[in-house]
Amino acid sequence: MSIKKKRVFILAACAALCLGLFAQGSAAEKVVKLGWVGSLTGDQAIWGQCELNTVKMMAEELNAAGGLLGAKVEVVGYDHRGDAMECVNAVRRLTSQDKVVCIIGPNASGHAIPIASVLEEMKVPDIATVATNPKVTVVDGKVKPFNFRVCFIDPYQGAVAAGFAYDVLKFTKAAVLYDVADDYSQGLTEFFIKTFTEKGGKIVAKEAFKFGDTDFRPQLSKIKAANPEIIFMPYFFKEVALSSNQARELGIKATLMGGDGWPSEILIQMAKDAVHGSYVVNHLDFDDPEVQDFKTRYTAKYKRAVELNGFLAHDAFLMFVDAAERANSLNPVAIRDALESTDIKGITGNIRINPATHNPEGKEAAIIRIMDGNYVFQQKYAP
Amino acid sequence: MNWFYIKGILMLAGMNLMAVLGLSLLTGFTGLFSFGHAGFMALGAYAAAWAGVRMGLPFLVALLVGGLFAGLVSLPIGRLTLNLKGDYFCIATLGFGEAIRLILDNVQTFGGARGWPGIPIRTELWNVALICVAATLFMVRLVNSRHGRNMIAVREEELAAKTVGIDTFKYKMLSLFVSAVYAGIAGGMMGYYTGFLQPKMFGMARSTELTIIVIFGGIGSVSGSVLGSVLLTALPEILRTFAIWRLVVYGAAVIFIMISRPEGLMGGREITLEAIRRLVRGRRAEAEAGAGAGTGVGEVRR
Repeated sequence: MSIKKKRVFILAACAALCLGLFAQGSAAEKVVKLGWVGSLTGDQAIWGQCELNTVKMMAEELNAAGGLLGAKVEVVGYDHRGDAMECVNAVRRLTSQDKVVCIIGPNASGHAIPIASVLEEMKVPDIATVATNPKVTVVDGKVKPFNFRVCFIDPYQGAVAAGFAYDVLKFTKAAVLYDVADDYSQGLTEFFIKTFTEKGGKIVAKEAFKFGDTDFRPQLSKIKAANPEIIFMPYFFKEVALSSNQARELGIKATLMGGDGWPSEILIQMAKDAVHGSYVVNHLDFDDPEVQDFKTRYTAKYKRAVELNGFLAHDAFLMFVDAAERANSLNPVAIRDALESTDIKGITGNIRINPATHNPEGKEAAIIRIMDGNYVFQQKYAP
Repeated sequence: MNWFYIKGILMLAGMNLMAVLGLSLLTGFTGLFSFGHAGFMALGAYAAAWAGVRMGLPFLVALLVGGLFAGLVSLPIGRLTLNLKGDYFCIATLGFGEAIRLILDNVQTFGGARGWPGIPIRTELWNVALICVAATLFMVRLVNSRHGRNMIAVREEELAAKTVGIDTFKYKMLSLFVSAVYAGIAGGMMGYYTGFLQPKMFGMARSTELTIIVIFGGIGSVSGSVLGSVLLTALPEILRTFAIWRLVVYGAAVIFIMISRPEGLMGGREITLEAIRRLVRGRRAEAEAGAGAGTGVGEVRR
């Protein structure tokens, strides 16, 4: 580098530095930071990215309408690549360095449980999106002061599925195929079987596979031999598509049923005919007029369909805004206190937080039936 | 940078270091590649949590129980697999790691795949630091002892080592045992750090990450493992701003460093007090004698 070039370079660097300082100086508006944590990379990236997009969009819209209590909401989102240790670190950073007043996410229970100790130490509330394990908010009968959630929980979802299958569909012989390596799948299986047998039904087969498997024929053959009327499949859409195709190939005619891991466009693309007539327990009815507005806004902005997590992230954001406004404060502890008495109407139903469990109680599940590649709403159902 | 956050990274680096040190003995000094060390971590984590929560033992004793349990399990595993040569041993460890995780997925007394919450938070920076310093010192002593030299002989040329009378099988067993104990203690600290255990935490990704750190730091170097653990734990944190591209950048950075330094950061050399002293003395001598005595640094490197 010649001396002349070097001098130009130094000048340019100084100019850039000055500009940077200037830009910071002019943005002296009041800002409040909202944290988000979840998977932006890894297995569950598709859901994490949708959540973060939703939260960012909601914050932009809120800022355009004047912000929150006169402050601009800035979203700080961090990836945890599906690792519990990283998730703890990301929350440490959000609460200490970024000084967020509230955190939305993570979506998986396995990540929402270990962050509790950090939240309690730093006194910042968290609203988990799709973490359905009861132990996210309550451990050994004691509620965790800073953990909240916006979704219903596994026992409830399992009970809804079993109740609907037995009481409404009048089935008495059920089989379960589940993912033994997945916490969500194990949870739903446990509570489905419990409710179904309590009601008087019979579980004729219970077969397991492991995440990553692509061949389900051995398990399905056993299920076929047990001749159930309904097969409960509490796992995620990719495996659902593969296993339901294989079930039909083997000549299984039983009705299929699943939980909130099902709804996805990819399921329809991969297994349109196989899942025709199946039932899904979901957090919301996708065709509800109140949901449409959010769906159009999201699709217009990001040019892709909303995943299920987006709807729950949307309601988690509403919970945060409502709590801050009622508390009339941007203090994390004041927001936490207000979150305990949340009673709002979100797009996934009425969210009334029970202070004893920090769960939204009495939230009805939506039963959806897949007909010719469409998710058709059947009814709201509570067991 | 906030201290609370840095503390988190340091603790994580310490826990990684613990597991990496053990693996460094096995891979770096004995020449056996393992892709199943997350399995030993899982065993240690669950055993330590069991000892602490169910048996009511104090934290440090519980960690020891975790480490010893992982070590005990390594004995039959080693007995069965250490006669396998090269790649075959590597594949056997891979299977072992996955098997442990799947077994834990099914053991309902420890929560199965849904995990085990409610473990008290006991891992603090001071005890992580204490354990790491002790573990590093022990490792340095071990690799510099007769046993350590025998392990290196096994790595360099197993047949020749056998010919001169080294019981190669015994040393491979010893190496695997010590590395399993280290991994077990690391796992135990993890459980008491998150307060929650789930078999998913000990997947293949964690095993490969440990191996990457060992190779990145330099095969056959304790100080390389220490440096590697700290750097590769901090790197993904520094790259947080890249959001969805973070791991791509992380991977690219590791590849770039490995291309520019194929022998790893330390490349089999060590940072020792003696080397530093000589380096300083060499520099001083260099300054006093002018350009003439410039060989001091080269000597240290040797």
